[in-house]
Amino acid sequence: MALETFYEVMRRQGITRRSFLKYCSLTAAALGLGPEFAPQIAEAMETKPRTPVLWLHGLECTCCSESFIRSAHPLAKDVVLSMISLDYDDTLMASAGHQAEAILDEVMEKYKGNYILAVEGNPPLNEDGMYCIIGGKPFVDQLKKVAKDAKAIISWGSCASYGCVQAARPNPTRATPVHEVIFDKPIIKVPGCPPIAEVMTGVITYMLTFDRLPDLDRQGRPKMFYSQRIHDKCYRRPHFDAGQYVESFDDEGARKGYCLYKVGCKGPTTYNACSTVRWNDGVSFPIQAGHGCIGCSEDGFWDKGSWYARLADLKGSGFGVEANADQVGLIAAGAVGAGVAVHAAVSALKRAQHKNTDNGADNSATGGEK
Amino acid sequence: MSDTSLSGAAPPAASATPVAQAIKGGRKLTTVYVYEAPVRLWHWVNALSIVVLCITGYFIGSPFPTLSGEASAHYLMGTIRFVHFAAGYILAVGFLGRIIWAFFGNKYSRELFTFPFWRKSFWRGFFVEIKWYAFLKPRPLKFVGHNPLAQVFMFFVMVLGLAFMIVTGFALYSEGTGPGSWQDKLFGWVLPLLGGSMQVHTLHHLGMWVIILFVIIHVYSVIREDIMSRQTMVSAITNGHRTFRDDDPE
Ligand code: HEM
Ligand code: HEM
Ligand code: SF4
Ligand code: SF4
Repeated sequence: MALETFYEVMRRQGITRRSFLKYCSLTAAALGLGPEFAPQIAEAMETKPRTPVLWLHGLECTCCSESFIRSAHPLAKDVVLSMISLDYDDTLMASAGHQAEAILDEVMEKYKGNYILAVEGNPPLNEDGMYCIIGGKPFVDQLKKVAKDAKAIISWGSCASYGCVQAARPNPTRATPVHEVIFDKPIIKVPGCPPIAEVMTGVITYMLTFDRLPDLDRQGRPKMFYSQRIHDKCYRRPHFDAGQYVESFDDEGARKGYCLYKVGCKGPTTYNACSTVRWNDGVSFPIQAGHGCIGCSEDGFWDKGSWYARLADLKGSGFGVEANADQVGLIAAGAVGAGVAVHAAVSALKRAQHKNTDNGADNSATGGEK
Repeated sequence: MSDTSLSGAAPPAASATPVAQAIKGGRKLTTVYVYEAPVRLWHWVNALSIVVLCITGYFIGSPFPTLSGEASAHYLMGTIRFVHFAAGYILAVGFLGRIIWAFFGNKYSRELFTFPFWRKSFWRGFFVEIKWYAFLKPRPLKFVGHNPLAQVFMFFVMVLGLAFMIVTGFALYSEGTGPGSWQDKLFGWVLPLLGGSMQVHTLHHLGMWVIILFVIIHVYSVIREDIMSRQTMVSAITNGHRTFRDDDPE
């Protein structure tokens, strides 16, 4: 069976050569590569056999797919979709039922060890995985089956990467991120709720054209999109450094576009590309719209307390109290301060007593002390 | 820990430290050189940087009310953060220096880092001190170095606690310096280990309160001991000499 190249697939999809070349230079730019990489991408796509992507859906809200199909440049979307949707994607594919499941088996067999598995959502493990059934079987079984012969796995979004809302305390279905179910495959986490479309297409194009995983950070996220915090590239940062904050959402500072730190912006603790790539064709991103970042691409962001307070609720940190560090600290300091005051008073009393009974022969009272 | 060497009429720790004796008002006063200059220097540099770190750290968490005017006219938060980081570096370098000095200094310089839970006399001293603080004993024991209660307390808060603050502090710092920086290489792993950036901020912030509690108790008990115990305290950490107020054994 002669394997098609990406280019052949694209042409078959009706994409012109001109559009194809445009796409290559756009992709090079999106990946932060110089223009000299565009021909390299083009060549790779013309000569490399197509790597199929199987896209599975577990417990999820489909926001990742929604984001993905809104990739800024329609071209990028078309091209990337032509690379993947042909094969298997519950939401996007044309086929359904047994026919669809048959495609899954066929691709797995034909491209054994050579396809990429993209997972959106995650498997719930409670009740033997009954909370998410795909084609009559628990999703976790399908995930394990397809992962077995995959070359690599992409964990789309915060669900697959960390668990997200369905794994928020108390996590009744025991929704579990992919890397806690699959241990023997390289896993690329692309967190976000959802991840930015350009980030998704960028990651997938990089893997398909260069035939290798992007550089990953300690938490398994592609460095090219997740190595900086929102805060590091936020356009409101000068107001942060100056000390100019929105104190409440309807004040003068809010109108002037001051920093949202005091109304709970999680930009300083969130790794994502929103402040550089932005959303919807680069139109805007939450902070630009006047709302703080809620940290949607961070592990456990649902459990870290209010989205409108910067100091986390300690309940989310496993301390079991609904108060922040300063509230707890002040109470403790107050208690210790009061304790010290009482102790000092008793000490003074005792000392006065001691002085009276002692009177000169100060050792007789305590001589036998051992 | 050296309460054992205090038994009998022998001057405390005669073997290790220069001892001076003076007759004052008919009573013999023994003075021992306990804390050498590097320990004392560290103590005050450390105390000062901790005060600065707590104040600036608090205002990083809860910044001052908004300033008006152009952003380019101010750098308030930037300055507060800079002072925090500068003090953080001083604290960290001092801490390292203090560890190194423990290898060269006298035996009291090592007390901070040791926790002799296997030594019986240590635990006896420990419980006697607890009783003394609970007003159950009219008179404490004598100690040349730290008393055992203080030693345990200092070990947990000032060695483990400060190490925690330094490690989490530099991990947070590495978020600014970015991947590949030495802060990231040395301390970056802490962020995922403790549950992410937000969690590390919270723990670092809680750590501040633990240290504040330590300082309240420490300063109080030092002053109290200076007045009520059988040895001087403040002189020991300022000029290094500790004077005993009586010559009784035990
Ligand atoms: C932020 C404030 C402070 C911190 C963090 C602090 C910390 C420490 C530490 C870690 C030691 C052990 C020294 C060693 O063995 O190397 C120590 C000892 C000592 N400190 Fe402080 N200190 C602070 C403030 C003060 C103040 C204000 C005083 C004086 C009123 C004081 C008096 C002493 C004394 C007398 C000792 C010796 C205690 C003993 O022999 O057991 N400290 N302090
Ligand atoms: C006794 C030691 C220290 C105390 C009491 C302290 C206290 C604090 C506090 C209360 C915060 C605010 C946390 C928050 O609510 O987000 C903070 C932030 C921070 N501290 Fe410390 N700190 C200490 C040592 C250090 C050290 C040694 C470093 C290393 C350079 C450091 C670096 C930082 C950084 C980078 C931040 C985050 C600043 C930001 O988010 O803008 N700290 N510290
Ligand atoms: S708005 Fe948020 S991300 Fe932007 S500077 Fe302020 S705290 Fe940082
Ligand atoms: S700004 Fe923050 S909360 Fe908003 S999408 Fe980006 S990472 Fe998620």
